[in-house]
Amino acid sequence: MSCAEEQPAVPRLLDVRDLRVEFRTRDGVTEAVSGVSYGVDAGRTLAVLGESGSGKSVTAQAIMGILDSPPAFVTGGRILFQGRDLLELGEEERRRVRGARMAMIFQDALSALNPVVSVGAQLAEMYEVHQGLSRRAARARAVELMDRVRIPAAKERAGDYPHQFSGGMRQRIMIAMALALEPDLIIADEPTTALDVTVQAQVMDLLAELRREYDMGLILITHDLGVVADVADTIVVMYAGRIVETAPVRDLYRRPAHPYTRGLLDSVPRLDGDRGRELYAIKGLPPGPADLPPGCPFTPRCPRAQDICRTERPPLYEVAYGDAAYGDAPAKRTSACHFWKDELDARDAIAAP
Amino acid sequence: MPATPSQPPEPAAEPGEPVLEVRDLAKLYPLTQGVVFKRQVGAVKAVDGVSFELRRGETLGVVGESGCGKSTLARLLVNLERPTAGEVRYRGEDITKLSGRALKAVRRNIQMVFQDPYTSLNPRMTVGDIIGEPFEIHPEVAPKGDRRRKVQELLDVVGLNPEYINRYPHQFSGGQRQRIGIARGLALNPEIIICDEPVSALDVSVQAQVVNLLARLQEEFALSYLFIAHDLSVVRHISDRVAVMYLGRFAELGTGTEIYDHPTHPYTQALLSAVPVPDPESREGRERILLAGDVPSPANPPSGCRFRTRCWKAEDRCAVEVPPLAVPPAFQAPGGPAAHPSACHFAGAV
Amino acid sequence: MPEPFDTPQAIAPAGGGAQALAATDTQALRGAPAPTPVVPAGRRGPGRPAGRAAAPRGLWSDAWRDLRRNPVFLVSALVIVFLVLIAIWPELITDGNPYRGDLSKAQDGPAPGHPFGYDLQGRDVYTRTVYGARASIAVGICATAGAALLGSVLGGLAGYYGGWWDALLSRIADVFFGIPILLGGLVFLSVVTSGSVWPVVGFIVLLGWPQISRIARGAVLTAKRHDYVQAARALGASDTRTLLRHIAPNAVAPVIVVATIALGTYIALEATLSFLGVGLKPPTVSWGIDISSASTQIRNAPHMLLWPAGALSITVLAFIMLGDAVRDALDPKLR
Repeated sequence: MSCAEEQPAVPRLLDVRDLRVEFRTRDGVTEAVSGVSYGVDAGRTLAVLGESGSGKSVTAQAIMGILDSPPAFVTGGRILFQGRDLLELGEEERRRVRGARMAMIFQDALSALNPVVSVGAQLAEMYEVHQGLSRRAARARAVELMDRVRIPAAKERAGDYPHQFSGGMRQRIMIAMALALEPDLIIADEPTTALDVTVQAQVMDLLAELRREYDMGLILITHDLGVVADVADTIVVMYAGRIVETAPVRDLYRRPAHPYTRGLLDSVPRLDGDRGRELYAIKGLPPGPADLPPGCPFTPRCPRAQDICRTERPPLYEVAYGDAAYGDAPAKRTSACHFWKDELDARDAIAAP
Repeated sequence: MPATPSQPPEPAAEPGEPVLEVRDLAKLYPLTQGVVFKRQVGAVKAVDGVSFELRRGETLGVVGESGCGKSTLARLLVNLERPTAGEVRYRGEDITKLSGRALKAVRRNIQMVFQDPYTSLNPRMTVGDIIGEPFEIHPEVAPKGDRRRKVQELLDVVGLNPEYINRYPHQFSGGQRQRIGIARGLALNPEIIICDEPVSALDVSVQAQVVNLLARLQEEFALSYLFIAHDLSVVRHISDRVAVMYLGRFAELGTGTEIYDHPTHPYTQALLSAVPVPDPESREGRERILLAGDVPSPANPPSGCRFRTRCWKAEDRCAVEVPPLAVPPAFQAPGGPAAHPSACHFAGAV
Repeated sequence: MPEPFDTPQAIAPAGGGAQALAATDTQALRGAPAPTPVVPAGRRGPGRPAGRAAAPRGLWSDAWRDLRRNPVFLVSALVIVFLVLIAIWPELITDGNPYRGDLSKAQDGPAPGHPFGYDLQGRDVYTRTVYGARASIAVGICATAGAALLGSVLGGLAGYYGGWWDALLSRIADVFFGIPILLGGLVFLSVVTSGSVWPVVGFIVLLGWPQISRIARGAVLTAKRHDYVQAARALGASDTRTLLRHIAPNAVAPVIVVATIALGTYIALEATLSFLGVGLKPPTVSWGIDISSASTQIRNAPHMLLWPAGALSITVLAFIMLGDAVRDALDPKLR
């Protein structure tokens, strides 16, 4: 679903093609995002999964147009949003798209909100500035919005300041701000990482519900395999600035086509797993952008590595491998592993009853 | 432990024997108003009457959400804070009253691993200095000429290259830093290590490495762990027994099976059902309990049962009577996995 | 060790911390010698040889190694050593007499053997500038050292222990902050009849320490919050040890910056006080006195102002550069 080659008649909501982002510092130039392509349609959720340094957040910032330049520069690719290439727009136009058509939710709601302005006023400001509503009307809309994200006693609490809200409530306010202008796309960067488990579930449910209600596209950036499993339609796994695997959510968890994905899945302790057994651990550390090994960047940590992996960088192979055994239609997926077939078969061997 | 072979372990407690006994431990932080003449306007009950014992060689997991008091509990156990009430007995001695030389001696046996590997190591000390500092503070543990070798052995034990002795913390990744923190905790050959969210700040693929390391060290050096975390899956993996904490109190305490497979406290049930499972297929069959609202402020906790404001089973009685942490009478006779302490009036009715 | 790759921190508004961490990973790997950083479990063993690691080093020896190779440090240190030398032995570079004047040459420009010209009383400006170094540098260094020492000790202790001691000290510092410097100088120094440098130094320390103590207190409060301080306490470290090993090295940077900037201000303050007639008094020679007297003649004889003022600027610059270099050397992340 994220393949760049096809040209649908109706442009996709978002279609990122071969995006490249460089960091230029006094220590040299490093590529943080190396040819990433993914896309999302209205009403769908795309999860971008990766560890710190995988380039998942940088990609999102490039899409939003909020990269800090310098040191970060988009050096290649296209970001097609509703058919228009955002990279070709002027700063003014870009800002208009960013405010009204796409919005972002950050991990740390407390630092993303202005501490000296009441949340009601912060929400109302969105309407006053972008839609020219009167102060009174904007206030009314703000309260409506707070109600929408299920903040109890919204009317009474609109005058409260950010620090008077709990973490979960603040994240709801962030969601409300993102939602205010009814954007077509929301990018959520680790929206629940800072929250407690019970609150995490509430916030994820809210996001999923609003996405359905407003028929938005949602890009969920996270490192948490559990959170992703519950809400995503499609998953993109990133490693060292590249996509290593793309698959519909069920296929990815059932039969990963990349050793890194499998390593991630196996290294998470599970509530229904064996206790006491040694956890599977991916050996070593993720490489930094400046010391990528030639060939496949995962080679030094890969249990499946062969000579070819050390020399030849694997392309994103199409994995046309339907899960007929489970009655699914063959799904379109990709994997950047020379041995994706072996990887799939290995999972089959384990999964076979 | 190999790092200090000259130090024979102290007369070992029998396996299963309690090494740490905690009774009615409480910590109140006064809330004050005024600058010059401070007056108390209330108190945050961070820990409010917690009792348990830690047995030799076991891992007791403590799970709870932020603000439940689990980190304060950790700091009380390593004597970084003095409790308002209650006692912590190590080998029969109440360590909360100790000071000076006696306290320093106890510190050798109870060490801590911190959550954030980025602030728990002094950025201006070399790794050798960081891991060697315990020996400088307790010179009797290792003679001076021996220290460098011991530091390098410790680095080796935690899986780091012993040649990194002259490097600074910022030259290491999060996982490696956490290994350095663990080596520092191990240096004095302690009996108990309090782990305060030791893997929460790490990347997924590195978490597993550190969890495995902790498990291996426990076996090798017969350590007892108090393992604090908010991640129920990690706690389940590493713990022999688990305590569920809510607003300064234990809600439920039992073995892994008892807590995870037969929870009797509604809070535990809700927590378990909220854990995201990395499997899209199992979610469909799962019944999820979505709790309403947030954790109330510990400065103003609900009367009676602390959980009642978010509990779907709450009745009038819960607002008045504090449920004791006890085995529900209904399960006492038959026994079985449901027969474990749970602080709910309706624990027996599950 | 190459410079750390620290840029991504600046990029990401949220979740950016994670990016920066990864970048630090890079660093760890890049500098790693042959074996992989994470040793597989099987490689352990109690009897494993310690390896050929170099002799253990610490922050101070590393900082010194770093400084010796830093041109900024070398240049500024050289300038300061030179200034101190001529402050002690002005005869080294001049054989003139700073007091002897020839009124017939008043305000004359440069002449052979008198490259800087003459002042209002026909005294040689070059000789006076050289001799002036003694008082000015004595005031600058002693007042800065005194204020920095007093301020960082008092402020540091206030930050570390907090409580009533902190409240008391902060109020006292506020009182000193409230004293207008010139008025205070007029009152305090007019009762002192000696024209030597020490009353001036004492006065400046008295009014200068609160500024340093505020900075030191804040820096200690920041450092104290970190887990490594808790870790040291959990190991049983004494307060002295915690302060000296863990807090001081992490709190010293802002104190160095403020102190080196203050040094220039203090030398200028001495000049002002001297100008008002309550600071140094003739026959003491100082840049401050000369700058003050030259300032009224700036139209007729700019050279009278230029040389002592130039010497003052070079001195201040040298100390600021030295402070910068030391501060950077004490930060392992910048190595």
